[in-house]
Amino acid sequence: MADKNSFIQSWCTIQNNKINLNGETIFESEPTIGFADFAKAAYRNFGWSYPKFFKMDSLSKLAFIAAELLLKDETTNETETDIALVFSNKSSSMDTDVTFQESIATKENYYPSPAVFVYTLPNICMGEISIRHNLKSENSFFIFEKFNPGFLSNYTDVLLSTNRAEKVLCAWVDFYKETYRANFYLVNSTEGLEHNETTIKTLFNT
Amino acid sequence: MKLKSVFINTTNCITPLGLDVETNIRNISKGISGIRLHKNLVYAEQPFYASIIENSLIEEAFSSVSSSEEYTRLEKMMILALMPVIKKMNPVFDEKTILIVSTTKGNITQLSTISETSAQSADLSLMAQKIASFFGFITEPVIVSNACVSGILSLAVAKRLIQSEACNQAFVVAGDEFSKFVLSGFNCFQAVSNEPCQPYSVNRKGVTLGEAAAAACVSANGQNALAEIVGDGAINDANHISGPSRTGEGLFRSVERAMKEAEIKSEQIDYINAHGTATSFNDEMEAIAFNRSRLGNVPLNSLKGYYGHTLGASGLLETVIGIESLNSGKLYPSIGFDEMGLSQALNIITQNEEKELNYLLKTASGFGGCNTAVLFKKAK
Repeated sequence: MADKNSFIQSWCTIQNNKINLNGETIFESEPTIGFADFAKAAYRNFGWSYPKFFKMDSLSKLAFIAAELLLKDETTNETETDIALVFSNKSSSMDTDVTFQESIATKENYYPSPAVFVYTLPNICMGEISIRHNLKSENSFFIFEKFNPGFLSNYTDVLLSTNRAEKVLCAWVDFYKETYRANFYLVNSTEGLEHNETTIKTLFNT
Repeated sequence: MKLKSVFINTTNCITPLGLDVETNIRNISKGISGIRLHKNLVYAEQPFYASIIENSLIEEAFSSVSSSEEYTRLEKMMILALMPVIKKMNPVFDEKTILIVSTTKGNITQLSTISETSAQSADLSLMAQKIASFFGFITEPVIVSNACVSGILSLAVAKRLIQSEACNQAFVVAGDEFSKFVLSGFNCFQAVSNEPCQPYSVNRKGVTLGEAAAAACVSANGQNALAEIVGDGAINDANHISGPSRTGEGLFRSVERAMKEAEIKSEQIDYINAHGTATSFNDEMEAIAFNRSRLGNVPLNSLKGYYGHTLGASGLLETVIGIESLNSGKLYPSIGFDEMGLSQALNIITQNEEKELNYLLKTASGFGGCNTAVLFKKAK
């Protein structure tokens, strides 16, 4: 259904305590420090001011950082932008699921917290980004065994060609026990790199 | 470019009210609910209301399908839901035939022993792959895990994939299991009712949890179809991660998007099968959103009084029942409802009714600010 061309205007990867934006490393920390410290260092480095960040779980922090870098010049608080979110991963919210499970495992040590439970859904990270960037837009979260550029590019083209969104922020955002990976890219209908499976595979080295 | 028309060809469901659609409808038409008071220390210290399928029913039904021991209880439910759908459609399992699996928590009960292997056995793609392999799909399953809208969103996803020609036929299965994990979670939000849930009632006190599996075949083949999927939208509130927008913004926009795509006006919608979880905020939000779309007079029910909240199964399960109403013209009461408890009017169905129906609107909303609306048209 290629009756509308689509293009990748920007992309971002985060893994091994290193952030790449459009192919260049823009921030990195010692590989030995944990994700929480790396995320905090990145937040400070970019001079962001969004205190809710510190309440998020690791998956949402990872998604937030990547989305912030790609959307900072795209959105404002005052006006709405129609950028759909199409996110995916393998581990769902398992990292936080395990934390929550530990809090209910025994009668003696039963302390479930709403602040943890709410993050036991993978799509919460899309909710966080929607709130931050005022995106009242199409959202879907998919789970795959591994990063699936073919599915994502096809689904993104459907959203664009049926006028469900002006742009689409696509993501693979996976976090489980300190192993993490974020592949984010922003797709539009006007200019950039040709948006297709091959380009995505090249950009994200998969 | 004119997009393909997309249809629901056949459906099935596995619930406490029956292991097929016909039995479920018979029980619903008699006003029977699957919600019971349970006393089970595995799940909670206190007795609780829930809609739970008896293990023996699942085991007995599954034993006639497979003798394999490798499937979890939820996988058995999902396989049982899908089985008659696959049998009826008898598909060729080629690269254009896909499986879409909708779930919010999947095999989360596998986590109850904390270990590395238990986390692996709760893996959603593993679960989906087991179901795909059982039937012989050769394509990688697509898993939709988008909180409580997953079930209805998966039908929108199926439609979009068929219209994009990524596939010709999509088998959709949705399932979630009752678990201590989810009960504890909703409890710590103080969102669980201490009585069977009462959607839209002034007396509503929160959700009752449930479990179910449902399945459907979606394709561009309209022959003998049950319904056509004529419009959809899945738009976020961008307001709060654990509560709905007070203006119903995302739901309102999702409904408007679905109507625009279907090229119909609000007065053409005959029946709304809504989300109606019986939490104070959700039901009120729905009333606001539907009234913004001028749908306050349309007959509406929530099936949560029959099934409880079945999470990622709910959107598909409730669509399966809703489509039966669309075709039979029989509307079922929103049980648990007594006195109106909303700031704006909704036309809640309070007794069995019969009327000619052409368009059904199904909606859901969930954590993360997500919403989905899908419009169905009776197939000719």
